[in-house]
Amino acid sequence: MSSSPPEAGALPAVTSAAVAQAPLWQAAPLTLVLLGFFVFPLLATAVVSFWDYTEYALIPDFTFRNYHEMFQGCADFSAGGCTTLRTYLSTFRLCVMVWAITLVLGVAVAYFLAFCVRSDMLRMTLFLLCTAPFLTSNIIRMVSWVPLLGREGAINRGLMQIGLVAEPLEWLLFSEFAVVLAFVHLYTLFVTVPVFNSMLRIDPRLLEAARDAGAGFWRTLWHVVLPLAKPGMVIGSIFVIVLVMGDFVTVGVMGGQQIASVGKIIQVQMSYLQFPAAAAQAMVLLGLVLLLIIALTRIVDIRREL
Amino acid sequence: MERKAFGRRAAVKAGAAMALAAPAALAQETMVLRYLGTAVNQHQGIKEKVKQDLGITLEYIPVTSDDVVRRAVTQPNSFDILDSEYWMLKKIVPSGNLVGMDAKRIKLVDDLTTVFTKGTVNGKQIGDHGTAPKEVMYLPAKDGKRFAASPTQWLTLIPTVYNADTLGIRPDKIGRPINSWAELLNPEFKGKASILNIPSIGIMDAAMAVEALGQYKYADKGNMTKPEIDLTIKVLTEAKRAGQFRAFWKDFNESVNLMAAGETVIQSMWSPAVTAVRSRGVPCVYQPLKEGYRAWAAGFGLPKTLSGKKLDAAYDFVNWFLSGWAGAFLNRQGYYSAVLSTAKANMAPYEWAYWMEGKPAEQDIKAPDGSLLEKKGAVRDGGSFEQRMGSVACWNAVMDENDYMVRKWNEFIAA
Repeated sequence: MSSSPPEAGALPAVTSAAVAQAPLWQAAPLTLVLLGFFVFPLLATAVVSFWDYTEYALIPDFTFRNYHEMFQGCADFSAGGCTTLRTYLSTFRLCVMVWAITLVLGVAVAYFLAFCVRSDMLRMTLFLLCTAPFLTSNIIRMVSWVPLLGREGAINRGLMQIGLVAEPLEWLLFSEFAVVLAFVHLYTLFVTVPVFNSMLRIDPRLLEAARDAGAGFWRTLWHVVLPLAKPGMVIGSIFVIVLVMGDFVTVGVMGGQQIASVGKIIQVQMSYLQFPAAAAQAMVLLGLVLLLIIALTRIVDIRREL
Repeated sequence: MERKAFGRRAAVKAGAAMALAAPAALAQETMVLRYLGTAVNQHQGIKEKVKQDLGITLEYIPVTSDDVVRRAVTQPNSFDILDSEYWMLKKIVPSGNLVGMDAKRIKLVDDLTTVFTKGTVNGKQIGDHGTAPKEVMYLPAKDGKRFAASPTQWLTLIPTVYNADTLGIRPDKIGRPINSWAELLNPEFKGKASILNIPSIGIMDAAMAVEALGQYKYADKGNMTKPEIDLTIKVLTEAKRAGQFRAFWKDFNESVNLMAAGETVIQSMWSPAVTAVRSRGVPCVYQPLKEGYRAWAAGFGLPKTLSGKKLDAAYDFVNWFLSGWAGAFLNRQGYYSAVLSTAKANMAPYEWAYWMEGKPAEQDIKAPDGSLLEKKGAVRDGGSFEQRMGSVACWNAVMDENDYMVRKWNEFIAA
């Protein structure tokens, strides 16, 4: 410490205040952007969720009407619970299924890319191939499932030709299966990328050490690779959960508009100018997703791991 | 006699249009009107013709029906001319964002079809369940925020296009005659039926089916009471749980795909969607049903922010729209135009006979873009204008209990 050059010690003494403030200034642009485009709209949504409304007007007020109507009848389980409860359950079920499948698939793909492919060139080529689902627009991608999965679609025709089924399978399209399939197709990449990134940073010598110590493939995977890939898995999970919880397009198109999702309810309310009701739904959804993310970050301290 | 009258009217119109339109076009070469409405009415052909005839550039802003209302209520400065449906007026007019259109500046106002002005076709009263145009046609004053019971000088919208909607079916897959809305809920079509997931319209199609099944008789299908909404949703929910519906559709293309891919064989449909299915070589019929049609109608409205030359241009455009070319253009696609006489003058007699009189086509029927729609000898589904519009049972509507209905509809989707 005492051997540090004198000018380096003199400089902070002159502008210590400025130096202390420098990080704040550097963070200011992003803070302003976030304030303007994230915090403010969020606060506005929170405020509007307490407003009243009519067919054609929003009425500034402080009422619990929107929250009350949302949870009306929720204590009565005899009829299968209220709409809100059923919708959230349906959304959660989709979310859990998609999350589980994308996680397994994403980790498997990332593992293959990171450890099984030897050549860097081939690895990057295969990695870019993974982004293929995103080369077409969302709508076209989903519409194109119909000729494949439909009643008179390719799969049903093939199955009937080889005599596996006599009647076309109806559950291939406009069903929970179809929704999960479309989500998995879309969102596996969101798990693959961060997990791939985490796995690339694993020191190959650790794997060699595990092998030398006599650990088999699964043991190495479980005790070495997965713990070190956890941050990527958590980040990927957050992506998938947030995307699925808020989705209404995929659920709508692939579920034949017959499957309830929270996003769909918000969209219907918005289109009928029931902004306060939609805002209340959005606040509840936001709260639940935040809780989920907090729970996930409890499992892994992302900040420390990164 | 009749023909002569049209000729004179057309001449008067042409003269007036020259007097009005020419100066506007000269004074401001680049008059642009921002035209807010659904994509269904925003034809490239009309845009080009308006540019050619009036020198006005239409700037189409295509949005969904729900967004038309939303924009009109929340952003009245974002358009110069509003292409709105009549049911939307119950939401838009109370906001005060529309201004009454002066009947004195609309040259053909007396020739508007009686469907709008009196709710009749050929002197015969037609169904007025829901938001019938005649109920929301007039304002008591220029800046009125509620509707006038009898005709006044101030019109909410100048009607442009309307039609009668029914169920579309796949005759090749059904193989027997269909003649009632009740068939929509017939278990025979389990997993092969569909309705629209647009609550205010979907619930009316459901109500037509409920009434056809003899389960209930509504006082006004377009304005149900809470118990009536509950009942209708209950019927729908039971059908849904029994697997009646293959899917619900929200978008024109979805409805075309469902039908063309054989996913559904009977569903609520819009007339151009039926044409689109047929143009893929798939048989599809816009089936007339004995309980009647669910009709809709659209027209042009003016935002109150409009003034000066833009206001003049908007009136020029509306007058041009009624003057015949656009009417013929719409009639040739299976819609109906607001001033029938001028449209007739712009159509070939064989076209008029096919589209409007329900007669077999004397020669091939072509769409405005020249593609073949129907071969010689074909007859229009549902027949003539009198038969189709005369059998209207109800109109697209907004209910007084709309909030409640939307909540119940969400419950139905979640069920």
